[in-house]
Amino acid sequence: MMGYLRSDGRKGIRNAVLVAYLVECAHHVARRIVDRADDPDVQLIGFPGCYPNAYAARMMRAIATHPNVGGMVVVSLGCESFDRDALCEAVAASGRPVELLVIQEEGGTAATIDKGLAAVDCVRSAAGGVERVAMGVGELVIGTICGGSDGTSGITANPAVGRAFDRFVAEGATCIFEETGELIGCETIMAERAVTPELGEEILACVAKAERYYTAMGYGSFAPGNADGGLTTQEEKSLGAYSKSGSSPISGLIKPGDVPPGGGLYLLDVVPDGEPRFGFPNISDNAEIVEMIACGAHLILFTTGRGSVVGSAVSPVIKICANPQTARRLAADMDVDAGRILEGEATLDEVGEEIFDVALAVVGGERSVSEALGHQEFILTYKSFEPVGPACLPARAGVAA
Amino acid sequence: MTKLLLLHPDDNVLVCAADIARGEELFMGDEILVARESVAMGHKVARRAMPRGTKVLRYGAPIGSLTEDVEAGAWVHGHNLASDYIATHDRTAGEAA
Repeated sequence: MMGYLRSDGRKGIRNAVLVAYLVECAHHVARRIVDRADDPDVQLIGFPGCYPNAYAARMMRAIATHPNVGGMVVVSLGCESFDRDALCEAVAASGRPVELLVIQEEGGTAATIDKGLAAVDCVRSAAGGVERVAMGVGELVIGTICGGSDGTSGITANPAVGRAFDRFVAEGATCIFEETGELIGCETIMAERAVTPELGEEILACVAKAERYYTAMGYGSFAPGNADGGLTTQEEKSLGAYSKSGSSPISGLIKPGDVPPGGGLYLLDVVPDGEPRFGFPNISDNAEIVEMIACGAHLILFTTGRGSVVGSAVSPVIKICANPQTARRLAADMDVDAGRILEGEATLDEVGEEIFDVALAVVGGERSVSEALGHQEFILTYKSFEPVGPACLPARAGVAA
Repeated sequence: MTKLLLLHPDDNVLVCAADIARGEELFMGDEILVARESVAMGHKVARRAMPRGTKVLRYGAPIGSLTEDVEAGAWVHGHNLASDYIATHDRTAGEAA
């Protein structure tokens, strides 16, 4: 395998040029630039808010300097709070080409779109010169998520991803699972897998935080379609979701934007700290995908029972379908049919191996199905977090000591 | 092959690996269960008769408590099973005042 070598030593499996809007008011202009560039590797990201938010700034910086990103065109309206100079400086400091366009200074919509297209050409050409070097499985960061889960998810696709995760972890890769609100009910068994008792305590506390937060919001992380598909309660959905994590020890607890310090399995805490302020922790699946990408995920293993079709900007999304009926109905949206397990045509181990192989093919440059269909969803909203405590990353604490 | 999956020996519900019809006789090892109603793939069926308040076990772990008595072979879902953590909502939730 070959990767795009970045100045921080990380390697990318894609070389995307991002066009980023810094407030909703610049969204249309940025989208037009991407539409007119008409290149699957020129992708739209952005933050809609006009008010400042440290989390959003950190996420945008993490994504702009993600190993799959080669350079960036930043589109600002001009009066929003987002610190555009700090973002551009962070991108430039990472050795990546960056261009800034301020709509109020460029002469409005049409002029900025024209200049934006020229800026994309310039950035793309500079990004194209990046060195490609050999890359091992142990250098990969892989995230997993489930969306549109049903009663089959926890029996087929999720444990099959768990098998693939075990294999990746055994080969030294970094694996991330998440959505602590969808792990309510699993806290005790999960804490027992932590590499230290102190990390186990942190895991219990973060699931308790998720339960408090979701209770304050009035709804669990549970959609009506989950019930249509046979799931009845939050904890039933959680137990199925949890099986994506496989059976490796849990090496650490991270928050959005934290890049894990080494190989192993990590739990991503996506629920904000402090009193509930900005609404639901993750308003849709893509918000979670964006957070895993901000933690350095090169690709995402996405399991679905009801049939999600989404992909993502920056990192390829691989779809693993849990339900054989859905796998037939939405065949053209799925990379792997884990529904075969339910029909006795494949075992969990076989599908786990297939997921591993498909992932390596996508790492090698093959387009995942959602990528080929042009899915490049991206969503980022307001949140606030405190940094993780020392007990959350025992390996790092050990190195420091 | 069997249409009902016992995911863990301690479980008191079975998961449908295919759509099943009302009255269908279903084999679960030595046990024979008659489906009390039609149940869709991915949904759950009671392994035995159980009183209200029973903890329902799937994967060998509790997934909530029964809100009414159920018969063996009955569909187990939101009408007779509730979370011990956070209530489940449906599509009418957004219309509530």
